[in-house]
Order: sequence, then structure tokens, then C-alpha cells
Amino acid sequence: MKSSVITFPGSNCDRDMDVALKKFGFKNKMVWHNDAELPKSDLVVLPGGFSYGDYLRCGSMASKTKIMKSVVNFANSGGIVMGICNGFQILVETGLVPGVLLRNKYLEFICKNVFVKIINNNNAFFKNIDIEVLEFHIAHNEGNYFCTNDQLKEIEDNEQIAINYCDKNGNTEEQFNPNGSIKNIAGIFNKQKNVLGMMPHPERMIDPFLSGEDGSLFFSNLINNLK
Amino acid sequence: MKISVIITLKKEVLDPQGKIIQQTLDGMGFNNINEVRQGKYFEINTKENDPHKAKDQVEVMCKKLLANLVIEDYKIIDVQ
Repeated sequence: MKSSVITFPGSNCDRDMDVALKKFGFKNKMVWHNDAELPKSDLVVLPGGFSYGDYLRCGSMASKTKIMKSVVNFANSGGIVMGICNGFQILVETGLVPGVLLRNKYLEFICKNVFVKIINNNNAFFKNIDIEVLEFHIAHNEGNYFCTNDQLKEIEDNEQIAINYCDKNGNTEEQFNPNGSIKNIAGIFNKQKNVLGMMPHPERMIDPFLSGEDGSLFFSNLINNLK
Repeated sequence: MKISVIITLKKEVLDPQGKIIQQTLDGMGFNNINEVRQGKYFEINTKENDPHKAKDQVEVMCKKLLANLVIEDYKIIDVQ
């Protein structure tokens, strides 16, 4: 399985993602934002970080780069695309997934482990994961997912919510919402479910000595789903 | 030509920065403020000399890049 991680100026989770993908069997290539062509890939990842210093709006500049035209074409032809954190912000700015990510409700940069509940596992990302709640890490200032009421209805009707913030038992009450996101949304799909944007970082949970193993579960399952 | 644009968050979108500014002003003794909304201001200096064309062009810029219309409104406030 071949993967590509796009590096934008200011990306800083691109190498962590490279390590994670390789650890679970992907042949990964790093792709520079100014390249026009995407290498042949089974998976494209937009990593976390602060692309273009978060100027104007997070992800807005990166969404207009040369490589993103190829990524949008890849996604529109059914290719599997995953945006993590700043990658999620880039995805919303391209319009591949609906909504926007606002500043966190209490204006804090949040850096901690969170639990997320899998809401839809009928897709390449979460299919065959046999537990409902995963522990991932978040580190962001703009992760407060927002969309219009019409968009929210469409997202719910099309089962586009991927994961919600919750407690370790899977309760999704407002008190387990770290950043003010509508309906505790931590990640969403496009309509076709081949594009996933999420704030939590699975690549930070791949080593039991350093963090946890739910990221290992996620990546080993992902590569099997793509085979 | 120089075109000036203001971008603000839509009314229904929470503006936590504006809220904190209001609270701080309140703490400084400005107790009569109903609300503060924070926005962005752009000055775009273009080679285009026709004010209508320049304005149209900036409108496209606003829609495509400067504003995110899900949460923001833009207003061209000056063309000179």
C-alpha cells in the first residue's frame, strides 16, 4: 500500500505521520506542497501543523497550493484522503468536507488526550475496528467545529459524522467536549466517505511506552481495509 | 486603485475574542458596551484603473480566499 504525506511550509506532524504509516506497512512518500503531481497513492494524508503560519485563516493558504489541486482531483475520483488537525482545517477550506473550524470556545490552546466515539464505521477508516471508543491526542487552537443548521442537517442525514468527543465509556455529553464543537464533532467525512477530516492525532498514539496504542489499532486496521 | 474591505464574523457565529475584549473594556470602566465584534481589514492596491472592474475583482477575491462565507461576511467600504 502506497501513501503520500503532503508537507506544507509550517507542517510539523508530517514526519510523525511518516513514522506511523511506515510502522504499519505503508510505503510512504513525502510530497512537497509546490509539486503539481501526486505520486501514485492508495492514501493521501494532510498532516497537522501550522501551514503558512495560520495566516488569514487556518488552512486557507495551503488549500490554494498546487498540490491541493491534485489532492482534490484524487479525492473526487474516489481516492482515500485523511486530514489530521491542520489537515482537517485545510480540507474544510478546500470544501472537500463541509463546515469550518473556529477558535476554541474558551480561547485556550488545548493539548491533551481525549476519548472519541466512532459514530460511523461503514467506511475505509473505521470499518472492522471492534471497539467503540478510542483514545487519541489533540493539540489545537482552532478545533471548534461549526457549520450552518442546513449543513448540519445534511451532515446528519448523510451520516457524515465520523467521531465525537466523549468520556472513556463513550458518553458524549457536552462536558466531554473540549473545544465547543457543534454536537461534540471531532471528525467528519465527505458525502462519499472517502475523505476524513479529524482534529485528534492517531499518529501520536502508536507507542505504548510513550503514549498509547489506539493509534496502532487505527493504522493497522486502515492498511488492512485498503488492501 | 486602492480598495478597502472589511471582513466580519456573521451575527450567528460566536466571537470569543470580541467577547473577551468587551469583558476587558468593562473591567476598565467602559460599562455601557452591549457587544464587541472583531473583524479583519484589508487594503488592496491594484493596477486596475477602472473602479467597477477593480471592485468586481476584489469581490471574487473575497469569495475565493479573503472570507470564508460559511462564517464571515465581507463588505467593500472604499474604492479610490
